[in-house]
Amino acid sequence: MIKVTYIEHNGTQRVVDVEEGISLMEAAVSNLVPGIDGDCGGVCACATCHVFVDDAWLAKLAPMESMEDAMLNLAEGRDTNSRLACQLKAAPELDGLVLRTPIGQH
Amino acid sequence: MTETVLILGGGQAGAQAAASLRQEGFGGRVLLIGAEPLLPYQRPPLSKAFLAGELPKERLLIKPEAFYRQANVEPVLGVVATALDAQARRLTLDDGQQLAFDQLLFATGGRPRQLDCPGADHPRLHYLRTVADVERLRRHFRAGARLVIIGAGYIGLEVAAVAAKHGLRVTVLEAAPRALARVTSPEVSEFFQRIHAEAGVEIRCNTAVTRIEGTADLARVITGDGEGLDAELVLAGIGLLPNVELAQSAGIACDNGILVDELGNTATPGILAAGDCTNHPNAIYGCRFRLESVHNAIEQAKTAAATMAGKHKPYAQVPWFWSDQYDIKLQTAGINRGYDSVVVRGDPTTRSFAVFYLLGKRLLAVDAINRPAEFIAARTLIPRPGTVDAARLADDAVPVKDLLA
Repeated sequence: MIKVTYIEHNGTQRVVDVEEGISLMEAAVSNLVPGIDGDCGGVCACATCHVFVDDAWLAKLAPMESMEDAMLNLAEGRDTNSRLACQLKAAPELDGLVLRTPIGQH
Repeated sequence: MTETVLILGGGQAGAQAAASLRQEGFGGRVLLIGAEPLLPYQRPPLSKAFLAGELPKERLLIKPEAFYRQANVEPVLGVVATALDAQARRLTLDDGQQLAFDQLLFATGGRPRQLDCPGADHPRLHYLRTVADVERLRRHFRAGARLVIIGAGYIGLEVAAVAAKHGLRVTVLEAAPRALARVTSPEVSEFFQRIHAEAGVEIRCNTAVTRIEGTADLARVITGDGEGLDAELVLAGIGLLPNVELAQSAGIACDNGILVDELGNTATPGILAAGDCTNHPNAIYGCRFRLESVHNAIEQAKTAAATMAGKHKPYAQVPWFWSDQYDIKLQTAGINRGYDSVVVRGDPTTRSFAVFYLLGKRLLAVDAINRPAEFIAARTLIPRPGTVDAARLADDAVPVKDLLA
């Protein structure tokens, strides 16, 4: 288990315990974190799990593959710290990770 | 009096409608009535990761159980509606319950079309739409088993890919001259036929099934030319029929689906519909579609929920679909119906290319094979008025972002 903090656009924080290997999209949906839809079920097909990663954590994430990079162009307000949460899997080195959710998924 | 909404159908559209009703501020009672014993779950993984045994059942849920408590949505599961009185606004369930309502949403989806040849009741013949279907299929889904798939559509080909990876011996029988004939171009059909052949899956086109024979634990599928194929498992994936019978019997207008307008209203006051069971207008294309798609179910449910909550969010979407087979992600944007030319971008003999469908100079759709950038560009270009330049679409040296300029 690791702890991941999701911060909504209005500042509301939720700390969620996530089992290793589970995607941070699935963890958000199953813990009722608002602002993450995950419509396609986590197969990088819809770009409705867009999150912003706190800068301190960016380098610790697995690098983006070309599919995620392309799909992120669908997300509104893409930034240099944008990722799709379905492609981020909980791992020990991510304990304490902070993600911010956008005002809405496109 | 508290207003009551009944959501009839516990699939993708039903779950979304429940969530969206609350998001739109609907404060009345919401009952979600599902024929299956499970809370709404995702169907796309059924023919992929769930069949492969990579995903436990609990992880299929669209929303966790806690969501329904928190949103005060009352699931009524494992029951089937048997009668609807649309004027008196009363629904009868097969357990005898009668539910009064103010508004009712049909989110009844569809069911697999059944084979109607002799032997179609063979115990080793399967269909794939529900968790129960896959659990039954998986009992004999093991390496070395022979699997005959009837129908080279998405379900058939996705199952073929998983089965081949698991060491089953797979033959696909398709009555049409090519795989995916109903939904895609010859170029894309040929590509999928090739990658399946490379994986050891035999696809036989122009091959009808006339009957199924055999013993209780071994089926023999007899084809139009009299050949018999022995199989421990047979799967038929020959299309989906919309669940419209209850609506029809209640006098709600249907024509290849429950007819709705751009707000999700049927022709009967207080009755709405969303998802695979609907025949709905699409303003971008200027015609009506009945679609079998997660995205459409979600978007129509959002629209219908808004309507029920007294808001106005007309549906106007470019439909999109995906299919995962082996290392291939097919992403389709738009509907190619009526296209008069195709533009191929990239090399179809590789595993990365896109096929654009045009009507005159208008872009109707794209099939993007491991080409997400083209998929995304098409979603932007399809609703845009004006024309596309076929030569630029075809030129892989023109960056995708420049296609949008």
